[in-house]
Amino acid sequence: MGMSLAGAARRGAAFAARLAPGPRRALALLAFWFVIAIVGPLLAPHAPGEIVDRDVFAGFSARHWLGTDYLGRDLGSRLLWAVRYTVLICTLSTLLSCGFGIMLGIAATAMSVWVERVLGRLMDGLLSIPSLLFALLVIAAAGESVPALILTMGVIYMPGSYRTSRALALRIAQADYVMAALARGEGRIFVILREILPNMTGPLLSDIGLRFVYAVLLLSNLSFLGLGVQPPLVDLGSLVRENVLGMVYGAPAVVVPTIVLALLTVGLNFALDRQRP
Amino acid sequence: MTHMISVRGLHVVGRRGDGGEVPIVRDVSLEARRGEVLALVGESGSGKTTIALALMGYARAGCRISGGAIAVAGHRVDQMDAGELRSFRGRTISYVAQNAGSAFNPALTLHQQVIEPALAHWVLPRRDAERRAIELFRAMALPHPETIGARYPHQLSGGQLQRLMAAMALITEPEVVVFDEPTTALDVTTQIEVLEAFRTVLVHRGITGIYVTHDLAVVAQVADRAVVLRHGAVCESGDTPEVLARPRTPYTRELVAACHLPVRPKGLDPAVDAASGTAPEPVLTLSDIVVGYGRVDANGLPAHRILDGIDLSVTRGRTLGIIGESGCGKSTLARASAGLQPPAAGTVRFRGETLAGRVARRTPEQRRRVQIVAQNADLVLNPAWTVGAILERVLRFFHNLRGAVARAEALRLLDIVQLPHAVFDRRPPELSGGQKQRVNFARALAARPELVLCDEITAALDPVVAAAILTLMSDLQETLGLSCIFITHDLHALRAVCDRVAVLLGGHVVEQCDAAALMRGAHHPYTRLLVSSVPEMRPGWLDEVVAQRSAAAAPFVPTAVGEGCPFVSRCVTRIAGVCERVRPPVVATADGGRIACHLPPGDLPVLAPGNSTIDA
Ligand SMILES: Nc1ncnc2c1ncn2[C@@H]1O[C@H](COP(=O)(O)OP(=O)(O)OP(=O)(O)O)[C@@H](O)[C@H]1O
Ligand code: SF4
Ligand SMILES: [Mg+2]
Repeated sequence: MGMSLAGAARRGAAFAARLAPGPRRALALLAFWFVIAIVGPLLAPHAPGEIVDRDVFAGFSARHWLGTDYLGRDLGSRLLWAVRYTVLICTLSTLLSCGFGIMLGIAATAMSVWVERVLGRLMDGLLSIPSLLFALLVIAAAGESVPALILTMGVIYMPGSYRTSRALALRIAQADYVMAALARGEGRIFVILREILPNMTGPLLSDIGLRFVYAVLLLSNLSFLGLGVQPPLVDLGSLVRENVLGMVYGAPAVVVPTIVLALLTVGLNFALDRQRP
Repeated sequence: MTHMISVRGLHVVGRRGDGGEVPIVRDVSLEARRGEVLALVGESGSGKTTIALALMGYARAGCRISGGAIAVAGHRVDQMDAGELRSFRGRTISYVAQNAGSAFNPALTLHQQVIEPALAHWVLPRRDAERRAIELFRAMALPHPETIGARYPHQLSGGQLQRLMAAMALITEPEVVVFDEPTTALDVTTQIEVLEAFRTVLVHRGITGIYVTHDLAVVAQVADRAVVLRHGAVCESGDTPEVLARPRTPYTRELVAACHLPVRPKGLDPAVDAASGTAPEPVLTLSDIVVGYGRVDANGLPAHRILDGIDLSVTRGRTLGIIGESGCGKSTLARASAGLQPPAAGTVRFRGETLAGRVARRTPEQRRRVQIVAQNADLVLNPAWTVGAILERVLRFFHNLRGAVARAEALRLLDIVQLPHAVFDRRPPELSGGQKQRVNFARALAARPELVLCDEITAALDPVVAAAILTLMSDLQETLGLSCIFITHDLHALRAVCDRVAVLLGGHVVEQCDAAALMRGAHHPYTRLLVSSVPEMRPGWLDEVVAQRSAAAAPFVPTAVGEGCPFVSRCVTRIAGVCERVRPPVVATADGGRIACHLPPGDLPVLAPGNSTIDA
């Protein structure tokens, strides 16, 4: 067990070393947010719902580092929970959208022409609906729950991922080494998994990172409108929404979550963007 | 000012991945007088283009001119600011790139693009610019100079675009024009027209030229003086005839030698075949192959044919060369033989066994015996795999070798293609072009094939590296008893490795003959055109060819209708009324050749070693 873990770690490191600097930085940044999402709430000094102070919208202090919110709850603790929900919901929905998007995108390359046509029409149809509108419709119909959110966002971002991966796979499928594999008589699955997929990873990782950023933005939008994550749960968007009155006092309760949100999205965007020389 | 161009102690550095700097050009000094053409010669990576760009005050992304003085037409290029550089480029100096096809915007007419520099630099009002463009089109010997500008880039051939690009470079009447490998992507037949057009314009307008190339034969035709570069430094410089005839440095001697590849010593040796008492055994036989696309007619034949009625066979242990212009269907022929592009009609037989058109329907054994080594080594090796993994996969797939046995065999293959074992753990992007082509070869050999299809395996390589690959191929073929199809547009390479030659034109085989007989005896008119178009390393050759051709020039005729001869529009000896309508019969010649032409055998053009001195 220990051996295989070490082996996996070594292989992971070797893989990261071969990546372009853009996806590599993004990967490191994502890992950082994951650690916060998983470990953060365990370190939180207070329960997220606990009212700890009579002073609402308090500023930075030794007792409450990031001050308190509109009900006098510890903002630091709530923020750690909010990061967890935002990161986990968006991760799951991105896994969903990109998992299916990539699978279908590659399948469309390898399968018959009409499969590809039907898929293409379907995805174009999905793509033409504005994402916020689509999310509002689904949530109005299915109710506001975390699984519904994940699923909705997964569906919304699938067509984009499908398109990217199909375009990539199509281009690589033209390469002469794929031709050489076919001339040898390799099976379709081998060609997809071993010849095409490894050459897609760099660009695909960038694409996945971008879709994660979109998901964070959409989720925060929804929560800010009161249609996303519902109390007692909390994410970055709902944190901003519930403390929006603190804006007039310049309270940390509204400023800090906004900054964290910006750090998360802009940071990832920057890391990914740098891959252009 | 005595010199139009004078460069002193030029240094250019590039940034490495880790932030350090590497010298790309080191202490280069050169000069050119007004009206002179100076050639920059060297293999790829020797810094030719970098120096040419530095003359225009330009360094590629990641590079920096780090020292030296560059003076062009009295301007100090290295001291100009961005604004000065902008007006300097285009007005005083302009650039003709290697691949004109990708340099034009497909959405605009050529006229708009050609006169653009004149308008952008305010040198001419629009009307005068248009008039001058037409004048230049005429000087460049472009067809229909008055109307060609109204066309779009995709409607012209590569050679025509290259000349248009030169017209665009000349429209501002610059004093210096930089040509960067302007004919490398062209066929020999087109290359002649383009070279002649360039040369005439330069001479008539007294323009100073910088000509970047790796082809010494081209240098001999166009350049007054040559600078040979190696690893970013000047290796040798002098007057062209002097440098070519009496190279002083070993490297230049090597370059010159690479242009004189030894002709393959054995030819088909009839004595051996006669002694064994049997007719030479064909390995691969293609009969009446048709490959095409588009609507399919009642007989199952496609409307547009890339290959049309190909009959060829490869003799066991021999190399069949396929030569022809770009787009004549050479690669398609290889792909059809390998089953990657199923023919619409005809049969592919391998040692008597009929092979399925589609590779998926062939048996593993059939696939193993025919291996293809493709044109572009950059694309043919999966960049995500190590060299070892690439070879081991083939060994496992065909021979079920695994683990240590496979590794040992893969290392042995590296030995065979003369690569160090250190390459085993590297990935293709970390290899040079020549090394990649060797790995490519090793992968084909890993299957232990009987026939190897080599598609332009040296097209992307420098002459020196290419010569090494050809030698390797020739040796392997002999020691392993392989049969080969060798596809190329390079007659030197063809003669160095082939026993028999098939000349392909517009999807038809117009001639087959022994490689040894290629330079003499009666041939198809197209073969003669090809052979006489290969530049020779003799100054003055271009003049002779141009003089000959203009004397024999035939008025243009419409292309073949229906079954006519594919060469009819360019043939000077065509028989009016017959050649454009009737498919030419295949006639056997005295020395074992087969020629598809309407001319009676006695009237076919005869090549003598004297008038085509590739042998020299
Ligand atoms: N699927 C296709 N559809 C349409 N045209 C095609 C197709 N495949 C090939 N062609 C055309 O067929 C012709 C022959 O192509 P091929 O690649 O065999 O040329 P080639 O002789 O190898 O040229 P080069 O020397 O440039 O490699 C070209 O004009 C090409 O554009
Ligand atoms: S058949 Fe006619 S056109 Fe064709 S090469 Fe012979 S003479 Fe020329
Ligand atoms: Mg080709």
